[in-house]
Amino acid sequence: MTDAAIPAPAIATPQRDQRIGQMIVVAAVLLAAAKVALPDGLIRPPDWFVLPFADWINWTFAFLKDDLGLIYLTRAFADGVEWLIDITANLLYGKNRWPRIGPIPWTVIAVTAGVVGYALGGWRLALLSGGTFVWIAVMGQWEWAMETMSVIVVAVPLAVALGLVMGLLAWRYPRFEAVLNPVLNIAQSLPHFAYMIPVVVFIGLGPKAGAIVTIIFATPPMIRMTVLGLKKVPPEVIESGQMCGSTRWQLLRHARVPTARTEILVGVNQVIMQSLAMVVLASFIGMPGLGEKLLQLLQALRMGRSIEIGITIVLLAITLDRCSKAWAYRQPVHFERGTPWWVRNKLLLIWLALIAVAFTLAAFIPEAHEIKRRQAFTLSKQFDAGVDWMLVLLDPITLALRSFLIVWILVPLQNAYQWLPFAAVLTFLAGIGWMIGGARSALVCLAYAGLIAMSGWWDRAMITAYMITFAVIISMMIGLPLGVWASRSEGRAKIALLICDTAQTFPSFIYLIPVVMLFGVNDVAAIGAVIVFGMVPMCRYTIEGLRGVPPELIEAADMSGATRRQKLWTVKLPLALPTIMVGINQTVMFSLFMVIIAAFIGTRDLGQEMQRALSATDVGKGLVLGLCVAFMGLMVDHLAMRWSADRKKALGID
Amino acid sequence: MADAQPVISCRGVWKLYGKTPESYLAGVSDTPSFEDIRRAGYIAAARDVTLDIAAGEMLVIMGLSGSGKSTLVRCLSRLVEVTSGTVTVEEQDIGALDENGLIELRRNKMGMVFQNFALLPNRTVLENVAYPLEMRGQDRHDRRARALDVIKLVGLEGREDYFPRELSGGQQQRVGIARSLAIEPDIWFLDEPFSALDPLIRREMQDEFLRLQDMLGKTIVFITHDFDEALRLADRIAIMKDGAIEQVDTPDRIVLDPATDYVAKFIEDIDKAHVVHAGHLAGPVKGAAPRGDPVAATATIHDIARRLVEDKRARLPVADTSGKLVGVLKRQDALDVLFGEQP
Repeated sequence: MTDAAIPAPAIATPQRDQRIGQMIVVAAVLLAAAKVALPDGLIRPPDWFVLPFADWINWTFAFLKDDLGLIYLTRAFADGVEWLIDITANLLYGKNRWPRIGPIPWTVIAVTAGVVGYALGGWRLALLSGGTFVWIAVMGQWEWAMETMSVIVVAVPLAVALGLVMGLLAWRYPRFEAVLNPVLNIAQSLPHFAYMIPVVVFIGLGPKAGAIVTIIFATPPMIRMTVLGLKKVPPEVIESGQMCGSTRWQLLRHARVPTARTEILVGVNQVIMQSLAMVVLASFIGMPGLGEKLLQLLQALRMGRSIEIGITIVLLAITLDRCSKAWAYRQPVHFERGTPWWVRNKLLLIWLALIAVAFTLAAFIPEAHEIKRRQAFTLSKQFDAGVDWMLVLLDPITLALRSFLIVWILVPLQNAYQWLPFAAVLTFLAGIGWMIGGARSALVCLAYAGLIAMSGWWDRAMITAYMITFAVIISMMIGLPLGVWASRSEGRAKIALLICDTAQTFPSFIYLIPVVMLFGVNDVAAIGAVIVFGMVPMCRYTIEGLRGVPPELIEAADMSGATRRQKLWTVKLPLALPTIMVGINQTVMFSLFMVIIAAFIGTRDLGQEMQRALSATDVGKGLVLGLCVAFMGLMVDHLAMRWSADRKKALGID
Repeated sequence: MADAQPVISCRGVWKLYGKTPESYLAGVSDTPSFEDIRRAGYIAAARDVTLDIAAGEMLVIMGLSGSGKSTLVRCLSRLVEVTSGTVTVEEQDIGALDENGLIELRRNKMGMVFQNFALLPNRTVLENVAYPLEMRGQDRHDRRARALDVIKLVGLEGREDYFPRELSGGQQQRVGIARSLAIEPDIWFLDEPFSALDPLIRREMQDEFLRLQDMLGKTIVFITHDFDEALRLADRIAIMKDGAIEQVDTPDRIVLDPATDYVAKFIEDIDKAHVVHAGHLAGPVKGAAPRGDPVAATATIHDIARRLVEDKRARLPVADTSGKLVGVLKRQDALDVLFGEQP
């Protein structure tokens, strides 16, 4: 407490921190070099150091579940959710439940999607969203896709409502926000599977569990965006509301929330995308639908069908993303006075006419109502042929690449990581922390890494760490130059950003299809997926960083006679580096998520253990593993953001 | 007017930002300077401000950014709580009002215009202007009728259904002005209303504003950092520095007789002939008044420049608008002002 009372010196001492940090890093290297002389307790975490966190968590969960009877509450809630899902399931694909009026003909839904797309974003969006549903129906995936959609349609509004309420509370009560923030930080870096195990314990398996895990997973970004939006409302708007004599409630309802509309709707967009990603993955806990089919087909290596489903998921993702974003950024437009009502409500009338037509068609033509699996088109033969042909062509290359990677890089790297004494790793991380953010960051790093060591999963964590290191380095080696190249011209940058944006909306599961196709089911495939997934943010932030360099600085460099290369190295890259660092940070986060998801195609890291915990519904183990992953992510996040912020301040940009 | 109660009066108003400004202020014995306060870890936005604003008066508060003028006007409307001192509006201590009382006051007595317009983006022009009426629960037809009146008043007819985004900056501020006038407030606060506008539009809006003021005759507190704007509009100007008022006076007197060095520096580059009025410069009529055409008391020295040079009399009669003799202007004094020489 006495420390806190003394005001910090106005200027930090970065040089001193640097030197101390370097000394600690040197000490770490020495520790590693002297491994033979080290006692066992410094090489691997000794037994007394490992705490039975898993047992404690299991005990707590058992207490909550049985002794406190929380399970009745969660089951009741789950039943409520299930009731809602049954309604949507009946409407969308005719599940035999109340209200028993479904299924709605696919033509009606496709037309509705098209009109919504048109209302939000014109012809192109109409074509995209209408076309997506036509594709789904024609390819005979209607029922699976609607199983997925029936859960999304229930989960998204619930997650939005929950996020909105929590966001409002966090904004209103700073103390609640102070508690909520670290929880959200951890929640947003926990891998998907870590959410599933507690849900299985409390709810069980099936669609309702899928819906609930989706709600839980999708809520944090909504809370974040709500708080952000409310805080960003200009004080003048609030003052103007006050001067108009608004009560607090009126102020919130009429001034704050409408002004924060865009942020809140961006939150809705994130909820939708997170829901889609989670719903697909929830196939691991018995959620039927597209994810389940994809999982089965991938495991059976039926590539053609997998690609078909992959395309469906991607199309759905792009449609949902574009529509919700268009909604978020839509600005109100007025009608000229005297515009008749049928012009004002033109779209509504067109929609009514179109669905009337669709209903009529469906009544007379069975194919317009429902396309049976046998009647459906399929491209799987063609896809399969294409894949086979490509594999014949690429097989020698992929085989060579695979064996080269395994023998010369992956195995040696893994061995090196495993060989490192854990004390040396901890010291090293503390040193890096000290260099970047002084004693505080050193402590943060030490705490996160120390907790991982205490969890008893040190060796597995090191395997994950080695895969991440390798994947991130490769992602950077590809993504950075790609970003630099793309940022050279306005048009290229725009296209590249569009591709990155689109790729980021894909559920992570999708990335497994091409790598499994190329490399089969093994850890090279897993790392391949991680690299492809991680490259996206890398490329994107490189472009954004380079394009964000103030133009007058580039003009100054031009007038100093700098060549293109000189400009890149002396002006653009240094100024873009803080932003690129944010990209690296995201790459690490994405890679961590992907490594865990990719576990089911064969890795031996934390992810594999997580899969085991999931199949054994071992909450304690699952959460401990999840937290290990989260801590790795949070450590990198802390260092990268700290560095980036300091650097930005030093450069005097934003 | 002199004996009338002031509409707004503040007495010893302090506003400090920091951890526990009340106890700090209670602890210091004499009046601390801006520097003293800063050294103690506080930021002073208003220091011992005492000010009376009469009914129908237009007071312009002027100062550089960070001088506390925005905070002061927010103390007057209680958008910020004062650290110490009292603000009285129509003989009512607004610091003592509870939330409902404050809301009532704002719903019926006050209007405010903001620098960045502060319009609600999801509402049309009409809905924005009707917003304060809606807040106090007026019924739909009444508020629509009233809002349409005010929109007409500020010259935005035909744009009622536009959204703020679809309007230019000047038009948006007209909406802001219309909204602040919708409840027919007695007191009108304007916080740098024209600062975010282009110079040409600004000029146009000032003319518009003067027209409205002529018509409505409200008590106005107008904030600006633009001295020309202040001179153009003000009955009285209050010049602020570091949260304290350096001088409150009519433009003529501020220009001719700056109270502090700071004010003197402020008016250095001002062409006094454009500001000082003949009526202000004139002395009382002693003995026989000079004969001949009088000059108008409301004319600036610049307005009568030609006469001053051509008329050879040493003393000129000054008459008010009704033609009554109100004073005698020494030609030499007026010429000194005209040519920027110290009398």
